Amino acid sequence: MNTQKKMHPLPIRLMHWTNAIAMIIMIMSGWKIYNDEVIFGFLHFPDAITLGPWAQHGLQWHFFGMWVLALNGLAYLAYGVISGRFRRLLLPISPREVIREALAALTFKLQHADLTHYNAVQKTLYVGVILVIILQVISGLAIWKPVQFSFLVSLFGDFQGARIVHFFGMTAICLFMVVHIALALLVPRTILAMLTGGPRVDVRPADAPVSINSPNM
Amino acid sequence: MSIIRRSTSLFQPRRGPEQRILTENRALIEDIDRRKLLRGAVSLGALSMLTGCDVAEQPQVQSVLRTVSSFNDRVQAAIFDPNRLAPTYSEAQVVNPPRFNAYYEIENVKPIDISGWKLELAGLINDRRPWNIEQIYALPEQEEIIKHICVEGWDYIGQWSGPNLRHFLTLVGADLTAKYVAFHGNDDYLEVIDMPSALHPQTILATKYAREPITDPFGYPLRLRTAVKLGFKNPKWIRAIEVTNTYQEGFWEKQGFNWFSGL
Repeated sequence: MNTQKKMHPLPIRLMHWTNAIAMIIMIMSGWKIYNDEVIFGFLHFPDAITLGPWAQHGLQWHFFGMWVLALNGLAYLAYGVISGRFRRLLLPISPREVIREALAALTFKLQHADLTHYNAVQKTLYVGVILVIILQVISGLAIWKPVQFSFLVSLFGDFQGARIVHFFGMTAICLFMVVHIALALLVPRTILAMLTGGPRVDVRPADAPVSINSPNM
Repeated sequence: MSIIRRSTSLFQPRRGPEQRILTENRALIEDIDRRKLLRGAVSLGALSMLTGCDVAEQPQVQSVLRTVSSFNDRVQAAIFDPNRLAPTYSEAQVVNPPRFNAYYEIENVKPIDISGWKLELAGLINDRRPWNIEQIYALPEQEEIIKHICVEGWDYIGQWSGPNLRHFLTLVGADLTAKYVAFHGNDDYLEVIDMPSALHPQTILATKYAREPITDPFGYPLRLRTAVKLGFKNPKWIRAIEVTNTYQEGFWEKQGFNWFSGL
């Protein structure tokens, strides 16, 4: 029985890059929409980095991108759960490990010889950004349908509360992207792996606990 | 949605300034507006240079995006629950005067001369006799303290009253199985809503704001107020109502805004 497959199987690679494009569309068109009624008086996004000449075009892009982002995201979550990828790569996360490895990363001492094993900082960032994207979908639905989904609006206080949460969710995703892209550029093999699939890993279900129960746990 | 950029924020007062101050400082305000116009003209020029390479305006891209927008109309119609009521608020939360918005500035509003005003009826309606304002005032009134949410992102709580639209359409013998209700504004502003939204219990033909007749800038003598649509789908200064099965795009939809724009 063949139990070896590439670290990033083809569906993961396709969904990763689809998500990257959808997210860029959502962020740049979102900035256009934001500019029409700013939340912070000091903050306008320059036209050069927004999508669409006018607010209506920003809205058109945003309500196109939402389908790509949401459908791709659902497929990714389903794949991650069913294939055991989330359990194998992202869980569990130990807070002690996160602190130790974050310090190591900041002093450029973090080991990354093994691409197939995510360290605690990576796990936290990946799980964190997935949760933030889910929050963006929820706050986005609240803003889009504040009457039909009024129960979602009440999660954020009121309509403006949902707008503020949606704005800070965007900010968090942008910060994630800065760190994610910077680290990928520091270790270019990771970019290659997300294009070609990377090294082969053992994915037998029986082996899954082995990679989880690393000596540090 | 307005052509001139606003920089309102949550950290600025929600209530507008007192009208007296506006009158007393008219000269100063007009001067500020002139400067705003100049600044607007300059950024418009800069924008026209950018649009040459803006991907969103290329015809093929526009056609794809508008197709998705039409698909989103159908999704929104499917999501729409005719029995779900929008949240309502207390009288203490009402903002008075309401916030002005149109495709032109408030000083360009052309008030309606009520002596010559009539509400015309057209399309799939049995009794198309026009209505004068006294006849409309004589109808039972319904009050709604609801949020006005603008596609731009701002909102305020308003207190509107007037006849229920479903009641009015039933009274004049409109075909309630028709697809659309179109409203023609005195300022050549056309807006069309789907029949289910027109028949929603919180859709009214508003004649009053905070129990007083609506003032000129906000649609005197008659405007639409529905709790289930974005602000721009609530036309002011209505002069004609048409019940129809013909799809029409309103003022803002022609410029690319989403047709259904339901809340």
